[in-house]
Amino acid sequence: MTLAKVKHKSVKSLLYLFLILLSTVCFAPFWMMIINATRSGNEIMTGFSMLPGSSLTTNWEVVARNVDLGRGFVNSLFIAICNTALVSYFSALTAYGLAFYKFRGNKVIFTALLIFMMVPSQLSMLGFYDLCNKMHLIDSYWPLILPSIASPSTVFFLRQYILSVMPRSVLEAPRIDGAGELAIFHRIALPIMAPGIATMAIGAFIGSWNSYLLPMLIINTPAKRTLPVMVAELNAVRDITTNLGASYLAVAISVVPIMIAFCFFSKYIISGISAGSVKE
Amino acid sequence: MAIKTRRPAGEKLKSRNSNLKNVNNYGYLFCLPFVIAFVVFNIYPVFRTFQMSLMNYKGFGKETFIGFQNYIRAFKDVLFRESFVNTLKMWGLNIVLQLGLALLLTIIFNDIKYRMRGLSIFRAIFYLPNLIACTSVAFLFKTLLDWKYGSFNQVLMDLGIISEQINWLKGEAGTAQAVVGVVGAWMWFGNSFIMLMAGVQGINASYFEAAYIDGANRWQVFSKITMPLLRPIMLYVAVTSLIGGLQLFDIPYLISGTTGDPGRSLVTAVFYLYNTAFKNNQMGYAAALAFVLFLIISVFCGIAFKLMNRKEDD
Repeated sequence: MTLAKVKHKSVKSLLYLFLILLSTVCFAPFWMMIINATRSGNEIMTGFSMLPGSSLTTNWEVVARNVDLGRGFVNSLFIAICNTALVSYFSALTAYGLAFYKFRGNKVIFTALLIFMMVPSQLSMLGFYDLCNKMHLIDSYWPLILPSIASPSTVFFLRQYILSVMPRSVLEAPRIDGAGELAIFHRIALPIMAPGIATMAIGAFIGSWNSYLLPMLIINTPAKRTLPVMVAELNAVRDITTNLGASYLAVAISVVPIMIAFCFFSKYIISGISAGSVKE
Repeated sequence: MAIKTRRPAGEKLKSRNSNLKNVNNYGYLFCLPFVIAFVVFNIYPVFRTFQMSLMNYKGFGKETFIGFQNYIRAFKDVLFRESFVNTLKMWGLNIVLQLGLALLLTIIFNDIKYRMRGLSIFRAIFYLPNLIACTSVAFLFKTLLDWKYGSFNQVLMDLGIISEQINWLKGEAGTAQAVVGVVGAWMWFGNSFIMLMAGVQGINASYFEAAYIDGANRWQVFSKITMPLLRPIMLYVAVTSLIGGLQLFDIPYLISGTTGDPGRSLVTAVFYLYNTAFKNNQMGYAAALAFVLFLIISVFCGIAFKLMNRKEDD
């Protein structure tokens, strides 16, 4: 009995050890990044240290002289907020329309949307770029924002969601009271859908914040670039690539805000992924 | 209800029907913005890509119709084939590590005997790399894995694990590809883990309890209960990872400093497509490559579905 208990305890501690090791592996690159961001290029070349150095301000000066990461941050934030708002509102509107109105074309829209959930983005990418080119939308934010109005997978998710949380009978009373259809959507359906929308909104925000290929193709003016594009361009900035401390600091600036936000929102983000995977 | 109606009683039924019909017309209004954006930004670009794939087109200027020549060229293109094989290698290592690790963690956290704690904190830590933009991850690893001055080699040497610096990214083709596969797994295993956990939580807990009471061992529980019930979600994870993995671009593109070296080993299919379209200005040919790639992805997904379904019949 006691032997079994000892074995039980030791296996359990081994499992915890494994989990802690894996957590370390997950976190170590970020830790190295944060430490190295505070050390000078020469210190980094000579070896790694677990303790921070004192060159944070010099590194910052090098970074600030070469790239305007603050600007990139604001640009990315602006685009991500617009995208999130459009995805949330219009997907909810469409999902509600598809779920609660019987009209000709309803099925067609739904089928088309299902098909396009399967289509990988690179299939539309070249045609989309060509369209933007012909419409003279290159170097503007419109091509990065407007397509969010049509997000097939979000509409699909929200349609299933509203059908499962909101019975049709909820609509009858306000209709008899003479409430307009749009008012019913805004006052009744939207609040009921809120948890589902929040789930999708978080995903949309992260997706937009991290997106690289499309902003890189569309935006030419350096001041209009998003944060990921600026980070990618760091490769070409000699002052930064030759100063490792500045390199690490530049990446850290792009990473740390997300890590802080994650500390506050991790619960919602993770429950969102769980919900998405089960419903879909 | 009846008090509110101002119309005469005889007209009530008729007007109600026509009202309902009018109400249903609001469906068009609700879906209109979506449909417009969907047609302009989703449907049209796909057709346009297809149209371009039949053209000799630089991305600007004149287009000339050349039929399926771009497709014929794509099937003969050695570099495209090579880039596809590269993609498969990197994705293969990535998915094995990613799903394997996710599955292992799922088993650990669902063990009825050990009852591991701290799920939410571990889950958050494992998920963290997912949130970081690919560009930041690529730049970070490119710097950390630097041959001479990278912290990674320094730490490994300090710990005595290696005696000589390893040239992770600019030496052997296989090493660089393995790095991309591992970095991908590092980024995404937390996501797969959360999905699998969600799948397990959807399984009725009484199954596990019953098996435990009946004296089933851990392997029996895993192979007879957990795995079969997890199959749909595993399929979902595998297929989404396949679609995503075959479009691998950001990390290999940036970790190799946009060159795809060593020896073009980090040039993935989408990387090649990007170079063809925007560096070599062969938009028409790149469009054909996109469709060929789509075709291949569809075939792979079909095979994945078939394999998963067949196991279910056993």
